[in-house]
Formats: sequence, C-alpha cells, structure tokens
Amino acid sequence: MSSETQGADVKPRKLKVATVSLAGCFGCHMSFLDIDERILPLLELVEFDRSPITDIKHCGPCDIGLIEGGVCNAENVHVLREFRANCKVLIALGACAVNGGLPAQRNHLELADILQQVYRTGHGLADGSQIPSDPELPLPLNQVHAVHEVVRIDYFLPGCPPSGDAIWAFLTQLIEGKEPTLGHGLLHYD
Amino acid sequence: MAAMNIESILDRHSREAHRLVQILRETQDALGWLAPESLTAIAEGLDIPRAQVESTAGFYSFFHTRPLGDYRILFSDNITDRMLGNQDLMRTLCEKLWLEPGRVAEDGLVSVDATSCTGMCDQGPALLANYRTITRLTPARIDEMAHLIRRRVQVGDWPPEWFHVEDNIRRRDVLLDHGLAPGEALAAALDRGPTGLLGEIERSALRGRGGAGFGSDIKWRSCRDAWGDAHYVICNADEGEPGTFKDRVLLSSYFDMVVDGMCIAGFAIGASKGFIYLRGEYRYLLDRLETRLAQRREAGLLGRNILGRGFTFDIEIHLGAGAYICGEESALIESLEGKPGKPRIRPPFPVTHGYLGQPTTVNNVETLALAALIAVKGGEWFRAIGTPASTGTKLLSVSGDVARPGIYEFPFGVTVAEVLEAAGATDTQAVTTAGAAGSCLAANEFGRRIAFEDVPTGGSIMVFDQSRDMFEAARNFAHFFAHESCGFCTPCRVGTAVNARLMDKLALDRGSPYDLDEMEKMHHLMQGASHCGLGNTATIALRDILAKFRPAFDRRLHSPDYEPGFDLDAALSQARRMTGRDDAGAHLTDNLSAHAGGHPSEAKP
Repeated sequence: MSSETQGADVKPRKLKVATVSLAGCFGCHMSFLDIDERILPLLELVEFDRSPITDIKHCGPCDIGLIEGGVCNAENVHVLREFRANCKVLIALGACAVNGGLPAQRNHLELADILQQVYRTGHGLADGSQIPSDPELPLPLNQVHAVHEVVRIDYFLPGCPPSGDAIWAFLTQLIEGKEPTLGHGLLHYD
Repeated sequence: MAAMNIESILDRHSREAHRLVQILRETQDALGWLAPESLTAIAEGLDIPRAQVESTAGFYSFFHTRPLGDYRILFSDNITDRMLGNQDLMRTLCEKLWLEPGRVAEDGLVSVDATSCTGMCDQGPALLANYRTITRLTPARIDEMAHLIRRRVQVGDWPPEWFHVEDNIRRRDVLLDHGLAPGEALAAALDRGPTGLLGEIERSALRGRGGAGFGSDIKWRSCRDAWGDAHYVICNADEGEPGTFKDRVLLSSYFDMVVDGMCIAGFAIGASKGFIYLRGEYRYLLDRLETRLAQRREAGLLGRNILGRGFTFDIEIHLGAGAYICGEESALIESLEGKPGKPRIRPPFPVTHGYLGQPTTVNNVETLALAALIAVKGGEWFRAIGTPASTGTKLLSVSGDVARPGIYEFPFGVTVAEVLEAAGATDTQAVTTAGAAGSCLAANEFGRRIAFEDVPTGGSIMVFDQSRDMFEAARNFAHFFAHESCGFCTPCRVGTAVNARLMDKLALDRGSPYDLDEMEKMHHLMQGASHCGLGNTATIALRDILAKFRPAFDRRLHSPDYEPGFDLDAALSQARRMTGRDDAGAHLTDNLSAHAGGHPSEAKP
C-alpha cells in the first residue's frame, strides 16, 4: 500500500477500508474498537466503506478489506466474493476467519442431522415445525470453512480476538506501505 | 481368560511400566485387540494412570483400541508399491470381501487398509496379514487370499512361499563380503581394549549410516565419558524411511555382525545392556533373531563372561508398532520406555541422558556392523575406502524402475549414474536419494556422488522412469508425512496435513498458483518451527519435486490465480436436500462469477 502524495499542500487520498463479520461474533470488530482514541488519527488516514460503522450494504472499490468470521452459508460466500472483487488487500481477521474457529465445531456433525434435530425432533418445538425453506434465507454449507478456502487472502491476523494493539499495529504498518509484521506479544493464536 | 492372559504377560515383563509397548503388543497378539477393560487391567497391574496406558495404546498405528477383524490386512503404500499396482490389488481384495478400505466387515471377519512402507520395495507389492509380511503380490495371490479369509484359514496356514522374503543382494563389497566368523570381530575388539578400539573407530572416520552422518567415535566417547548408573547401547532397527530395506538384509543374513557390533559398542562405552529396536513391520524376523541370540549365549558370544574374557553384555529385542517417528533416536528411547514415540527436546542428548535418563548410544544397524568390521581390519584400512569425508562403503536399497532391485554395497563416492547402471535402470526421469525426507534428483544431476558431502543418503534410492508422474510421488510423500507426524508440535501436525490436502486438491485438477505458494510458505514455516527432524525434512522432497518437475504440477492448475479449496455448490447439498430447495439461491456458481460482483440479491430469483 502506498499513499500517494500529490504535492506539499494536498493531503494524501484517504484509503478506503471495508469490514464485515461473516460467521463470527463481532468480537474482532469490538477488539478493533479497542484501539480507543487512536480511531481519531486513523480516521485522518482512512474512510470506511461497508462496515458496521457506516451501515453501507455493499462494498465498493476499496484499498483494504477486513473479514471477521468463517464461511458458514451461501450468503457468506457472496459477501466474501464481493469483498475480494472490490478490495485490493484482503485480510482474514481473527481465529474464525483464519481457521473456521468456534462455528467450525459443528464440522464433525452432519448438517442434515443438525437441521433435523433443531427443527424437527428437538425439544420444545411447535407441532408441525419444519426446516425453514424460504428462498430469502441463505442455505448453510455442509461445513464451516476458513475464508482462504473460498477466496484468495493476502494477510492473516490470528487471535481470538486479535488485540486492539495488534490490529492497530497491523493497519498502521499497512497504511504506511510497509509489509506488516507482528512481533512478540501481538501475535497469538488464542 | 483375558485377565489371566494379561496377568501372565505382566509377570513376564516384571510389571515394569517402561515395558508398556511390549506388554500392549503381546496383549493384542493374545486377545486380538486392546479392549478398554484390558487397558484398565494393564494400568492397574503396572500401577500407572490409565490415561498413560491409553495414550501409548492410541499412539501407534499397529495397536488397535477397537476390534479390526480376525484378519487385519495392511497394504504397504509406498510409492514403489503404488508403481507396482498395489491400489488395484487392494481394490480387488476389498471387492472380493465386500469391504470398503478402512472399514471392518460387518461380521467382524476382516479389515483392509493401507500402511506406510513395509520395507519390501524390492519385492513388492507387499502387505502385512495380521502383521506377517507377504511379498510379491499378484492378482492370483489376492484371489486366493480372499478365499482363505472367507474360509477362515489361519494366516499361519497360508501358502508358505507367500511369506518368503528374498535378500536380493546385487553387489557386495567389504561389508557384505566380510568373511568373518561370528564373534571374530568381538574378539578382535576385546584384544584392542576400549581405548585402542575407540582409536581405531576414530581413525576410520566412521559416520552414522542412518543418514545424519554423525561421527561414531565422538558419539561413543561422549557416551563413555558421561556419568551414569548404567550405560546402554541401542541398535536402531526402526528402518522406516520409505524405500529403505538394507537393515532388513543385515538382520536377516548378517545378524552376527550386527550383534558383534553392538557388543563392541557396549565394550567401548562401558555398557552391559543393549536393545535392538526392531520395527513392527519386521515382526517376521523376531523369532529368528531371538533364537540366534540364545544360540550366541550358549556359545559364549553373548551374556555373561563373553569369550571367557570377563566382559558381560546382553541384548534384548523390542518390537516397534508402526511409527516412523521412532526412527528418531529420542522418540525411539521414549518408545523403549513404554511411552508414545514423541521426540524429546535436545539437548540433553541421549549420550548423556538417554534410556531411563542414562548415557545411551543409539546407532544404525549398518553403523554397528561396520564397527565390527573396523574392529578386525583397523581404522586405516577402512579410511582408504570411499572419500576423505565419507569413508567406507554404503548399503543402498535400490527400488522402483530398475531391472534388478535390491541391495548394492558401493564405496562412498559412487555416482548416481553408476548406481543406476548397475541396477539396470533405463530412461530414468528422477531418483529420490533419502526416501520421502530428502532431495529428488533430476537427470542432469545423476553425475553427483553418493557421499555426505554431496548426496547424503540413509540408503533409500527410489528410481522413476519417464513414464512416471512425479506429482504422484510427491503426493504419496505428503500423505506419508501427514500420517506419520507424531502430532506433538503444531507446525508439523498442521503443516503436513495442509500439504496433503493441497496435493489432493491438485490431484482433482482444482489447483492454482496460490496453492503452490501455500506449500512454499509451509516449507519455510516448518523448516524453522518444527520440533524435530521429521517436520524439518517433511517438505524437502515435495519442494524439490515441485521445483524440478513443475509441468507435472502445472497440468493440474485449474485457474491462473486462485481456486477454492472445495466444491462450493456441492457444499450446499445437504441443505438443499433437507429444505427441498433448488432455486438459484440454493446454488453457488463457480468462482469466476465472483468477478461479476455477484451478491445475495442478484443470486436470488
């Protein structure tokens, strides 16, 4: 990433950043907010596109995309592909995006059995309860996948969640045009 | 009945917890499998936590904690077995027995599965039937085997010629033509005294034959000088590197040289006890070797007061249970102590803290046999053979596309081309020189020399002619390591599995350059971060083959950039079935549509 300077009195163009949580818990987004007041200098450098902060529904052309969460259903696939098509640099943010994480714990169960038990045979269901089949609803995938299994990912930022300091360090290095590296204390897998 | 069996096995092993691997093997031999109540009884009998018994029982491929049938058929699945058609034979046997590979028949009669290289590459395809080696499989043998199993004929009553293992010695040099009588080398060593003997070993510049090439004199001297209550000699006969079978031949036909070598090592370091750690795949050798040890004891060549010279040294054979990692010396020692074969953190090295924490020297079978030769002929004589940095001869196990597979003893410094010519290889495309764990040479490198300073080898030489798909060799190795990683450290446990998955993806013609980059990254990560040599070497052949035989990989690339790791539309199959949906939103098109900016509302009707 290089921020072009166009002249002494012209401010560099702000980078566009989009974020989304797929099969995640928004914990990584909360951790992002843990950069606290550093969000103000960050906003001097970047502008948010699709993100919970802006409520924009579809991602436009962006410099950086941050993906939280793994891929558990068809909609996740569409959103992820939209991000890949629009973002120059795509980052898997947090354990679920990197490996599938907690939602992937369902992977050792058959999806058909899960649907059957949750909607048909489980306790406390209304009589005649059915597996939802409205076309408005995205279908779940047989298994939950890491994001790199669906699109090309440029960087992985592990952690459950990665700390605010790690996200800050990673983003500022990227914005400065450096190859981001996280040293001891910032890189962890739990 | 079961309880009595276990009690007698425990008694035979003096209820010592560090004999757990042997106790488990004998229990399984007697009872067919390791049932939960057997594990409990063993834990109580040894007075150790049940979890400890379970972790050892669960670690080794040849131990089963669930019933796997009265007949357990394991096809050797090295690349050389594959080249000889083992997959068709396995499929045929499964069809005839109405089985799926890896599944136990519903009547509990039989299961058929694959196992890592069984060391019969010169006479494959091979399999293990209830852990007994069967060589030179043919469709006719498979046919008859299915009949025998269905008629419940005991494996011991199967045609004896099936169990015949040839030596296939094709070229003899100083070791295989030694001409010494049993005990002659040992007597020569006793004449020299420990100091004189160590001096000869030093003058010989003998280096370890397992592959690493560590100086034997340094190892023995450090072990001798280390303080301890007892010293131990371990003969590493866990010959697990795919394509290696030279130790099998040394144990079969040169066992006295190996035993002499062990006694000599014991004499040099001040040990009175030695172990042979025999790989589980060589179970068929066990009784024969035990008998020979007993004969040597009677002849005064082993045990108390050897040759009447006051030197006492005895040997015990421990059988492994199907774990490649136990070829690593500290994992081997863990296994000897009854634990899962997970490598220790080194230092301390086994020469100071080995078996039961005591000074221990672990040597390859071939190294010990050579030490016996040196004890007679002297270090200077030995040093004149080979190259200055790699003295002596090397046993090469040559297999694959050659007219005469088998054992070739060559002085170090021989070129790969000379070995190929001797073995009758034509139209050779590639040669792997260290099994699955080392480099792969292309035709322009056949002028290189077998020597520690050029092409180091533990003895595995696998030859591939032009008709072979080197991608399949690389994929076989990737799966081998995914299976054999001990699981202790994350880089190796995960890295080997990721590589195997990526290779399978390519095999389905769904690869992309991204996948190749991933494997390259994995190589660098595993090189630095793995706990032991397995992880550090697991990607070398893969990377070498990828670099030198790139077209075999490029053929399998489906897109120039990126290809998903799985079939996205098929991943919605269960949800479609359960909801009865088949609208456009219930499908995922292939990756190319992503560039059209597809999103949920567009995908729906």
